[in-house]
Parts: sequence; structure tokens; C-alpha cells
Amino acid sequence: MSDEQRFLDRLAERNAQRGNEPTWVAARRQAGAARFEALGFPHRRVEDWKYTNVRDIARTDFTLAGDAEFSPATAAALTLPVDAHRLTFVDGVFAPALSALGDLPEGVQVLPLSQALADNHEAVGGPLGRLTGVDFSAFAALNTAFMEEGAVVRLAPRTVVDKPIVLQFLSRSGEHQVMSHPRILVEAASSSQATLIEHHVGEAEAANFTNLVEEVILDRGAILTHYKLQEAPIKDSHIASIHVEQARDSRYLSFNLNLGGGLVRNDLVTELNGEGAEAVFNGLFYGQGRQHVDNHTWANHNAPRTFSHENYKGILDDRAHGVFNGKVVVKRDSQQIEADQSNANLLLSDRAEIDTKPELEIYADDVKCAHGATTGQLDEEAVFALRTRGIDEQTARGLLTLAFAGEVMDLVDLDAVSERVELAVAGKLPERFNLAGLVETASALNEE
Amino acid sequence: MASQEMEELVRREYKEGFVTDIESDTLPPGLDEDTIAFISKKKGEPQWMLDWRLQAYQQWLKMTTPSWAHLDYPPIDYQAISYYSAPKREEDKPQSLDEVDPKLLETYEKLGIPLHERAALAGVAVDAVFDSVSVTTTFKEKLQEAGVIFCSISEAIQDYPELVQQYLGSVVPQGDNYFAALNSAVFTDGSFVFVPEGVTCPMELSTYFRINAANTGQFERTLIICESQAEVSYLEGCTAPQRDENQLHAAVVELVALDDAKIKYSTVQNWYPGDEDGNGGIYNFVTKRGDCRGERSHISWTQVETGSAITWKYPSCMLRGKDSVGEFYSVAVTNGRQQADTGTKMIHIGEGTRSTIVSKGIAAGRSDQSYRGLVKVGPRAKGARNFTQCDSLLIGDTCGAHTFPYQEIGNSTAKVEHEATTSKIGEDQLFYCQSRGIGEEDAVNMIVNGFCKDVFQELPMEFAVEAEALLNVTLEGAVG
Repeated sequence: MSDEQRFLDRLAERNAQRGNEPTWVAARRQAGAARFEALGFPHRRVEDWKYTNVRDIARTDFTLAGDAEFSPATAAALTLPVDAHRLTFVDGVFAPALSALGDLPEGVQVLPLSQALADNHEAVGGPLGRLTGVDFSAFAALNTAFMEEGAVVRLAPRTVVDKPIVLQFLSRSGEHQVMSHPRILVEAASSSQATLIEHHVGEAEAANFTNLVEEVILDRGAILTHYKLQEAPIKDSHIASIHVEQARDSRYLSFNLNLGGGLVRNDLVTELNGEGAEAVFNGLFYGQGRQHVDNHTWANHNAPRTFSHENYKGILDDRAHGVFNGKVVVKRDSQQIEADQSNANLLLSDRAEIDTKPELEIYADDVKCAHGATTGQLDEEAVFALRTRGIDEQTARGLLTLAFAGEVMDLVDLDAVSERVELAVAGKLPERFNLAGLVETASALNEE
Repeated sequence: MASQEMEELVRREYKEGFVTDIESDTLPPGLDEDTIAFISKKKGEPQWMLDWRLQAYQQWLKMTTPSWAHLDYPPIDYQAISYYSAPKREEDKPQSLDEVDPKLLETYEKLGIPLHERAALAGVAVDAVFDSVSVTTTFKEKLQEAGVIFCSISEAIQDYPELVQQYLGSVVPQGDNYFAALNSAVFTDGSFVFVPEGVTCPMELSTYFRINAANTGQFERTLIICESQAEVSYLEGCTAPQRDENQLHAAVVELVALDDAKIKYSTVQNWYPGDEDGNGGIYNFVTKRGDCRGERSHISWTQVETGSAITWKYPSCMLRGKDSVGEFYSVAVTNGRQQADTGTKMIHIGEGTRSTIVSKGIAAGRSDQSYRGLVKVGPRAKGARNFTQCDSLLIGDTCGAHTFPYQEIGNSTAKVEHEATTSKIGEDQLFYCQSRGIGEEDAVNMIVNGFCKDVFQELPMEFAVEAEALLNVTLEGAVG
């Protein structure tokens, strides 16, 4: 039996358990399954998957989780300490007990996808699957075939959401390795504003597979800040396809923070369709052990006077493998574009590897596009400067590595997120960097 | 600029377009083992050479055309191409310019490269290739004195079989890629250079390639070997007559540099780019690779690409030797409906290897241009260093400029930097020039030449002059 067939068999089992669902949902599910079967899992001869091998996902017999039981104490420890409207999913299953939506302001709808589908809610019928079609990738097709849970966020015109909306995805360790295919749909009407925190975390021993599809529609002047904090357990596989559509004067600010997961792949696409639309992609990834982190981004400038800025930083230690592929596409007649793109990587070990490709595809002449990629070590002069101030070499390297990540972390506006990331990065730094001693000294000095 | 004036410039005909009427000894179109046997026999090759060609052919049959390049062209019918064409009277090759067919000399006159004058003025030895057979070689004796071998690859196969057997295919193996395999099977000529230990070649070596005779593919094979501490600079320049049918060109160039050797390879390519609708024009699929085998060896590629309808070309360096250096300097200009997918590969294998890539792309008209490069640092390449700068200039709103730079870094001590920009010619720069009485077209030429300066200064003197002129001609009518 082929790997693909095993997944399709799981789908058939699940479909047999399903009650009645709207015909359009069943039709899309079918289309997803057919497309997945036709495409098959990507192999490394496919350009977009040249550096990422998904064989381990394909060969594992993942089941689907049946419940959302999770120790409240563990959940509390994992949850970001932030005052928010929160939905929690355990292995893809909605967990009402761990969710707290609180009082949503008027004009804001946040609901689990299962509920929206069951109600045949107007929020899902049209937009769901419009941006991420089944043709995007085998994983997007697979997600469409299995889609049943996730979140729907809908903002009425001129609504400003008071608190961040947190979507928390918990991965559980257990007898079976499970897969989940969450689907997030955000529709922000004109001039609305929100902050979305997507947090992937779980029990250390978990070894599950998350296959996420996310569609974000920003109407005129809408502003969305999107934190994707991926701290999945080290044996988890995490595949995410994120599509954003931006109308005139909208702004999408993305923080793609990848600290966890064994095999991680993010596809982030924005369609800049209206004049004045702007996308900012900030990214940070830290790989250790045999972690594999692959970030693919596309900024498609489909209209004149659209802007994109991208800054991804990677730190790779041990035998970790990082991949960055950023692409800026400027369509014909999309004049007066400004796009810049930068990817900087730090290799801390001789067995770590980075494959980076910042691409430009430009069909208009009145553009200002620049990209850069650097890979290397710390600036020796900076190390020297710190040493002249009495800091030993390894500590200096530790501090500079932190500062390297800081260039992205410092842009994070939410303390709960930035502190979490800073601590995680500091905790990952190799012991030789000796930072523990420095932190103690600093706190001792503070006490004095 | 007045639009009428502009239109005239746009409609400018290809300056080098004419056909020389020389009777060719041409093989009918088609490719099979008999074709290869015919070529081999015609060249009087030994059995091992024929076997090598047939091996390549067998591999080619199993391969498929690469499709990853950002190029759009109809499939090539390899059976519709004639694989051999040589000027007649092959038996009594001319020994000096006086004996050369006056029509051929006339061709060179039209091109503005009078062979004798050029050779005398610049002190350059020219192994001129007219279609597939080398017609005349000059300064051979002077080179022989220095111990440098410079001859056609066919002669080398006859006269220096050990050297050819040792090095041919050692940098670009027969089955390296589709076009290299095809070339290995059917190559008809090209140059062979061998510079022995400690010798600095006393002059710059140069070959002018010409494509003539309708429907004839040109399959050149060039092999340059520099023994330890040897040094050579090689110039390759091309121009072709106007023609309606697409002509396929699939050349292979192999460079081998041993300890402390230095090879500088410069190209000016100005083949027929096709008419304004993109008809005709040369398909140029070239495999160029240098092997820095020795410690501290140095290979430098400089190219000015202004011609061809399709360019598929990635001069590369395998940096094996400790502290070896690879360089790539490129200016590519596309206008009309030209398409170019070009760049380089720097493979850092040895410790302390360094490479520099400077690529300047200028796209005008309805052309499409891509830079595609790979910098790979292997786990043993401690302290490897690369700097890449690739800039694109867009002229007009109907062209495209793309960059696909691959970096694969597997060593923490490596330092790899890539920078790229894409922009149009600055309005303020143009205005500045025009306010000082410089016409728009001249201003654009000045700005473009300034944009390309980093590359032009790497070219040998006479090439640099030619390149600037070529650039101006190529961009004529592109500005408005």
C-alpha cells in the first residue's frame, strides 16, 4: 500500500464516522482527497521541496485524536501569560475547558471551525479554501480532505479588538502518533484591527503531525499583527501553509518564530492586491540536534505602490538544517514597488547546514527591490570589542548570538511573546557560551 | 526622445547580419551512431575517441532536456539539425593568411576584426574557427618556443592523445547534463591549450567563433590545462550572421588549473538574437566549468553576453585545492525578445577557498533575464569565503529581471554574503546628465557603462573597448 493510500484510508474511516455535513464541504473534501492522491507527497526533485524530505511524515501511520483531554496543570504551564481571547485545541480537537473567549467586543466573532461548519455559517461558505486551493501543495490538499476543526475569526468594519486573540495548539504524547489538520480563517473587514497569536506547544515526548492551513483576508485598511510562535515538541512534525490577501492600504505584520518541532515547514504567501498594501515578514528560527526548519515565503506584488519587507534570522547548532526561500514577485505594471528582503544565518556547528535562496522575479521597471543573504560567524571585531571590556570570549559570543536573534525579537511588541522567545533562545545557546554565569552576575548587581 | 527617432532605433537591424557564401561539406540533418562515426572518421580520430563519443551518445539518449531554467522556447528537434559542416578543401588547409579564402577574409572585414591587423596590433594569436574546422592559426611558433600548445581540439586528439585522454571529460563528464552529453557525442572542433609547468603564456590567446551554413549546430569543445605555476589568459568572442531558423549551440569548456596556476577566461558573446518578434536567433546552451585542482590555483570567468535568443550558461568553479580562488564577472544584456538564464556555481571543497561573483544584468524591450547561481560550501571547506553581488537594471516596463541565488552552506567557519538589487535607471541620474547637455541616449549609455564598470575592468583591454561598444549597440532604441 502506498503512503498516500494509507492517509486516504484514514480519511475514509473518518468520513464513515461523520454525520451529515453541508454538500459543499463534502465536495471540497473530495476534491482535496483527489488532488492529494494525484500530487502525492512531495519529493526532493520538486524545486520547492529540494531541501526538505517529508518521508518520515509519509511513512508514519498517524491516527486522528478522539478527544481533547489534557492535564489542566500542564496546559496552564504551557499557556502564554497574556490577557487574551483564547481558543485551545488538543491534537487538533477543540478543548472548551481550556478555552476562554471572555467578552468579545461587538463586531468580533471567534468560533471553532467545527461549529461554523455545522451551522453552515456564512463566514465559511464563501471564503474557506478560496486562498489556499487544493492545488497549492499535497499538504494543503490533504488538509482540505481532512478539514473539520480550527478557528474562524471575523471582524466587522472599523472594529478594533481590545485584547490579542490566542489560538493555542497543544500536542499530546500518547500511545498513538496522531495527526491534525487545523484550518484557520481570518476575515478582517475594512479598517478593523487585531492581534492574533498562534501558539504551538505540547508535551515533550509527543511525536505528532500538524498540517495547518491558514487563510487571512484583509479588506481595505485592515491591520493584522500575526505572531506564529512555534514551540512544538522536538519530535513533532509541523507543516503550515499560510495565505494572506491584502486589499488597498491594509497591513499584515507577521512574526514567524520557530523554536520547536523536528521537521518544520512554513509556506507564507501574501497577495498584495491593492495600492498602499504593506506586508512585513519577520522571522526567527533556531535549530538544534537534528531539527529541520524550512521557511518559504512569497510576496506577490499584484498592484502598484505595494510594499513588502522581510527579515529572517536563523541560528543553527549541532546537526540542524535550515532552509530559507524568500521570493518577491512583481507583476507586470505593478509600478513603484518597494520590496526588500534579508536573510542572515549563524552557524554554531560544523555539522549544521543552511540552504538559502532569496529570489526576485520582476516584470516592472519602476521598482526598488533589494535582497541579501549572509551566512557566517559572529563579527570577530565585535567579539574583540567586548573582550577589551573584560568579557571573556565565550560569553562575548553568547551575548552577540543573543543580540543577533534580538534584531528580530526586539521588534515584538507583546511582552509575553518577547520574553518567552528570549528565554527560549537564551536556554538553547550552547553551554560553552557561559551565559548562565553572566545572568547571575547581572541579577546580583541588580540586587546591590 | 522623439518617438519617431526611437522607433527607428528600435527597428535597427542586426549590424553583423550577413551570410558568407562558401560551399560547405555538410552532413544531412539527423543524429544516430552513424552520424557520430562519420564525424569521428572525418576527423581521422582514433578508436578510443569514437568509443568515448558513443558512450556519451548512449547517456544522452537516456536523458531529458532540463526544464528548470526560466526560459520559454519550443522543443528542439535534434534530428532536424546537421551535425557536421566544414569549409571545403579540408585537405589543403591554408598555411597563412594569403592562402585563406578571400571571402572568409571579407567576412572578418565586415565584422570589423581584420585578422592580420588585429593579430599584429594586439599581439594576439588567433585560432579562428569558421564553422567547425579551424582555418588558420597564427603565432604558433612563438607559442611553441614557450612550450605552450595552442591548437584545435581535433589536432590535439591526433598530436597529443595522452593529454587529451587524461583531461577530456575530467571536469565536465560525458553525462554531466543533457547539452554536455550531446556535445561530447558530436563536438566537431574547438580549442586546446596546454601551458606547461612554470610557463606564463607570452600572449593572450583568442578564438573567434563563427556560425555559418544554415541549419548547422555548433558544438565546440574547449580544453585548457595549466600545469603548476603556469598562467594563461584566453579570449573567446562570437558573432553570427543573420538567419531565420534557430541555430543550436551547445559548447563545452573545461579548464584545469594545477598548483599555483592561473586561468583567465573572457568571453564576448554577440550572436544573432532573433528579430523583433523573436524569430531566429541562436539557442546557446553552454557548459563551462573550471577545476581548481591545485593549491592556490585561480580561475576567473569574465563574460559579456549581449547576443543569442536563448542563453543557458553557468560558468562554474570547482574549488578543490587548498586556498584556491574562483571568480565570475558577468554583464548580460537582453533586448527585444531575448531570454537569458545565466549565472555561476562556486563549489567550495578545499580549505580556505575564496570566490567572488559580480553579475550585472540589464533587461530592455520584451526580454527576460535571470541570474541563477549556486554557492556551496562543503563540510571540509574551513574558512571558505564568498561574496556575491548581483544587480539588475530594468529599461522599460515590458521586460523582466529575476534572481535565483542558491546558497548551501555546511561549514560554520564559512562566510558567505549575497547582495542584490533591482532598479531602473535613476531619473535624477538621467536628469543630471541631460542638464549638462548630454543627450538621453548617451546619458543612458554612460549610466549603463558605469553600472557595468566592475565587470568591464576585469576584461582585457581590447575586449573592454569592444564590450562597451557592443553594449551601446545592443541597447540602442531601448530607451524612451
